[in-house]
Amino acid sequence: MLGSGLLSGLAVTAKNLVGSFHDPARLTTVEYPEQQAKLPEAYRNFPFLVSENATDPMGTLRCVACQICEKECPPQCIYIEKSKDKKPDATGKLQLYPAIFDIDTSVCMSCQICVEVCPFEAIKMDQVFAIATTDRFDALLLKREQLAKPNAYYHTIHPTEAAEVDARLATERKAAAEKAAAAAAAKAAAPKPPAPPPAA
Amino acid sequence: MNADSILERGPLLVRDWLVSFLPEPARWLAGSLLAITAVIVAFASLFALLTLIERKVLARVQNRPGPNRVGIPLTKIRLFGLGQPLADGIKMLTKEDIVPRSADRVLHFLAPVALLAFAILTFAVIPFGRHLVPVELEAGVLYFFAAGAATELAVFMAGWASRNKYSLLAAMRALAQLISYELPLLLSVVPVVMLAGTLSTTGIVERQGGWTFGLLPQWHVFTPWGAAGFAIFFVAALAESNRSPFDLPEAESELIAGHLTEYSGFKYALFFMAEYFGMCALCGMGVTLFLGGWQAPLSFLAFIPSYIWFGAKLMTLLLAFMWVRATLPRLRIDQLTRLAWKFLVPLALVNLGVAAFWSLSADWTGAVRLTRWLIAAMLLAGPFVLLGRKLTAGLAPRIYRYAT
Repeated sequence: MLGSGLLSGLAVTAKNLVGSFHDPARLTTVEYPEQQAKLPEAYRNFPFLVSENATDPMGTLRCVACQICEKECPPQCIYIEKSKDKKPDATGKLQLYPAIFDIDTSVCMSCQICVEVCPFEAIKMDQVFAIATTDRFDALLLKREQLAKPNAYYHTIHPTEAAEVDARLATERKAAAEKAAAAAAAKAAAPKPPAPPPAA
Repeated sequence: MNADSILERGPLLVRDWLVSFLPEPARWLAGSLLAITAVIVAFASLFALLTLIERKVLARVQNRPGPNRVGIPLTKIRLFGLGQPLADGIKMLTKEDIVPRSADRVLHFLAPVALLAFAILTFAVIPFGRHLVPVELEAGVLYFFAAGAATELAVFMAGWASRNKYSLLAAMRALAQLISYELPLLLSVVPVVMLAGTLSTTGIVERQGGWTFGLLPQWHVFTPWGAAGFAIFFVAALAESNRSPFDLPEAESELIAGHLTEYSGFKYALFFMAEYFGMCALCGMGVTLFLGGWQAPLSFLAFIPSYIWFGAKLMTLLLAFMWVRATLPRLRIDQLTRLAWKFLVPLALVNLGVAAFWSLSADWTGAVRLTRWLIAAMLLAGPFVLLGRKLTAGLAPRIYRYAT
């Protein structure tokens, strides 16, 4: 009969109206600044630099200033200056480090190409989005101090990916340590043979 | 409750006390001005509250909390967002008032003023309480609908003066819609006037006093012709006040904002206010004509002052308007006019016949009273079912083949 559809529609809305008051599970929205919905793990925007240690971020940057990301970056938003001296990296090998590492976030398009080309797992995608500033020049140009974030932070935002990276780095470091040990052993063993000349 | 208690007469006593400071010749004028001020202040604050309540209700229907941020400025106190209307008002006031270069400047300015003026005029004859009616008119109902019909002129003025094709289209639609629905609106009121035997709004409310068996109030909505009349009145009032599902004049999806396209700032706020005033006035008239006006629903509840009962009924009707808005999608213009001319008008005419039967059978007593009810209900249900079948023939139910 005419009007039965209207009545059933009105019943649905009435149910929602009353239900939203006594059943908080119905409310699908969160009140943003106070509560934040958990971002999906795959969400990414703007890169950050991974440092091993939160207490000394500048000293333990994984970045070795190889400048591959700077060259690959499509919008050319990365600027790197190499250091003059060398510092031991996580594996103990002496490496260069970035004296200046700037990312212009007003230019960055969050394409993740810098992350994909980095051989040192030193640059990763962040999950920040609330980065509005009152100054559109300097405040949007992030320096290496602002970009450096500890590995633990990387684990909180992309846990699966970070675990893979850590496992890969661990095997690499183990291999490097074994190689170094082998080299050291060889070095220790090597000088001996020449010392005693063959009897024959 | 006796009609002369201090609560009932309270507003009148305050008015008389205030005007007593003035010399005799100015008292009548001052009293009228006070009544006008009271009506405007009361309904302006109701408007502010309604915009918030409407947003809250719509949000809750969609399982959202709705606006809940703005409370007392400069503090962290939120008060469930009660400061929102104030913030909206300040925002509207500070916006730039743009008048298109090719617009008719005078008409463009006059349209919101005229709309608001006509909307406020309609409040004059509504009895807000036992002693609270701004103007006691013999032909109050006639006056109300005459003033209400004039709002169509203002809407067309707005559309014409904007010199914008969307505005003009909206104005055309508004005319088609408002004139179409004026007819069922008036036809649904005629039975009330017939049965009450008066055009005076206070008279109509007084006729609805008393209780059948001391329980059922003798409101018009509790009679067959009254129930049907109220339903028709409700639908037509939705259309007359441009409310969803009949908000075609400002259909955002098709016409930008319809006749409001070229209005900004405070003029837009005036339109908004006039629309809510019109809605309040029509709801108030619906309460007066069908829901017993300021009469209490049960005899032992009569100790509550009459104006509180009127306010409660008014709010109920306004909430029903919001409920309908939250539920129904907008009609197409042809569906809209078809509903008016092919369904509501014939039904209202049938209702007129039923009211005539009701009036002729007023002296039936005893068990025959039940047959009176049955005959009247059947006289209404038959045409409703038949007209509904004819209107929906070949249309329903729609089968969705691909979407699941």
